[in-house]
Amino acid sequence: MNDSPSRAAPPRLETAVKAAGARRLERSNTLFRQLTFGSALLVLAIFVGMFCVLLYGAWPALHTFGVSFFTKSVWNPVTEKFGILALVYGTLVTSALAMLMALPVGVGIAVFLTEFCPRPLRRPIGISIELLAGIPSIIYGVWGLFVFAPFFQRTAQPFLVDVFADAPVLSSLFAGPPYGIGLFTASLILAIMILPLITAVTRDVFDTAPSVLKEAAYGLGCMTRETVWKVVIPYARAGVFGGAMLALGRALGETMAVTFVIGNAHRIKASLFAPATTISAAIANEFTEAVGDLYKSSLLAAGFFLLFITFVVLALAQLMLVQLEKRAGGMRV
Amino acid sequence: MNRARYERRKLNNTIFLLTSLLATAFGLSWLLAILGNLLISGITHINLDLFTKMTPPPPGEGGGLANAIVGSLIMSAIAVAIGTPVGILAGTWLAEYGRYSRFAQVVRSLNDILLSAPSIVIGLFVYELIVATTHHFSGFAGACALAFIVIPIVLRQTETMLLLVPNSLREATSALGAPTAFIVQRVIWRSARAGIITGVLLAIARISGETAPLLFTALNNAFWSTDLNAPMASVPVVIFQMAVSPYKGWHELAWAGALLITATVLLLSVIARIIGSEDKHR
Repeated sequence: MNDSPSRAAPPRLETAVKAAGARRLERSNTLFRQLTFGSALLVLAIFVGMFCVLLYGAWPALHTFGVSFFTKSVWNPVTEKFGILALVYGTLVTSALAMLMALPVGVGIAVFLTEFCPRPLRRPIGISIELLAGIPSIIYGVWGLFVFAPFFQRTAQPFLVDVFADAPVLSSLFAGPPYGIGLFTASLILAIMILPLITAVTRDVFDTAPSVLKEAAYGLGCMTRETVWKVVIPYARAGVFGGAMLALGRALGETMAVTFVIGNAHRIKASLFAPATTISAAIANEFTEAVGDLYKSSLLAAGFFLLFITFVVLALAQLMLVQLEKRAGGMRV
Repeated sequence: MNRARYERRKLNNTIFLLTSLLATAFGLSWLLAILGNLLISGITHINLDLFTKMTPPPPGEGGGLANAIVGSLIMSAIAVAIGTPVGILAGTWLAEYGRYSRFAQVVRSLNDILLSAPSIVIGLFVYELIVATTHHFSGFAGACALAFIVIPIVLRQTETMLLLVPNSLREATSALGAPTAFIVQRVIWRSARAGIITGVLLAIARISGETAPLLFTALNNAFWSTDLNAPMASVPVVIFQMAVSPYKGWHELAWAGALLITATVLLLSVIARIIGSEDKHR
């Protein structure tokens, strides 16, 4: 009966409701977009904030000591004289030695996994390596301190000192009383720690080598060694380098695995068996007990320097890996 | 002549094979040694006391890690509660909105650097940001430091997973008239759920072993405390403190704690892996 009047009204109401709903939908749509954008912005803010805050904290030390902060190895909380040369030396030497030990082994494992390993074993070994990459660094530190250092002190260290006693350069590298802990032990523990990382990245890059290339090499009569050396490694070079830089970045900033076994001595000794310290170990050991603004600020400055060098190394790593990704993506095989 | 050359190549190949085999055996043996030692030295001290008693004063006879375990759980929970939403939202922006824009590329690169940034530097950052301004160490500061580690991991994983979602799903939902927010929340997130959960689990695994960022944010606490405004104990920091001490009882607790952490981390990684692979099979 009253169909006709109500038929006229509802459509208008309906469009009004629809319009309101659309507006609300649009508003929530924009809000969501802004929320996600804000989160992305926050990541940027954390990164920039980290640099700024550390620089702010480091400023008193940098201002007081100037260039000598980086060129002197004096570390005296009592007279408040600080220079981070010994810390930087320890950081660079342990990382370099660790890379020297871990890179060949890591790449070797990757070669074994991708080229030689029987298929049924490939997954279990690969997975266990990936799992091991996740073991916290403090575990490596505890193991190094309680198990490896005493063992090393008793067996290998005296032996190496004896063997190289008459060799010209090596005698100074492997010298001094066998403490068990020191630069060499720290490097070795670091090497074990970054090994799974290098293997994981290298294996992934080796896998990106197109099988057509490998098959072509085999078709020409190449043996596995020749295929790996002349096809796979040249193809994956940038990726291996990127993976190595990634591992180096990890090694430079690694704290707990090193802190346990480095010995915490602020000096530069030629011997690899001598106790030393790294930037991260010094911060971990001393920061909570650092009294005096200049002491704290010096440790913050060391931290800032560490952040800076790892930033450079990691950025380089990324450049390499991105380049490889582009090539792998652009290459249609 | 040719024959000799072939033999030489064959020999080289065998040497190469043996070297790579040796490298694998060498690498795996270290890792096995660590896990083996951990199991042998730690398992004897895993008992009920570990979970019910407080950290003992030196020389550390008969005590547990109860306060440290609870502290770790609280801080990890807060870190995940803060870090996960930020990571997921930022990852969503990169995958769904920013994608190829220059800003997105910058954020992506910086996030990858944050992913491997030294965790001790994150500790320093939070110290300056929170501890120095509030003038005291606190569990909240520790949780924040851990959150800064969670964010890049979750972000990276979320972005990777969202990019795997086929574009046809986006187009289909869009053709039905749904706005982007709806597409993302109801369709994209849902189909990438397993992958995102994997990322969160991996992040938890990572922070449950982190020591360096907690050293001077949450500090340590010998007593039971759930106060976020006070220093808070955590398993890794307690392990550090006990392992470098000269007391035998503390060393034993450190081993037990180390085993506990490793087991947790490995378990979480395995669960994450299973969830991740289930997603692939579907």
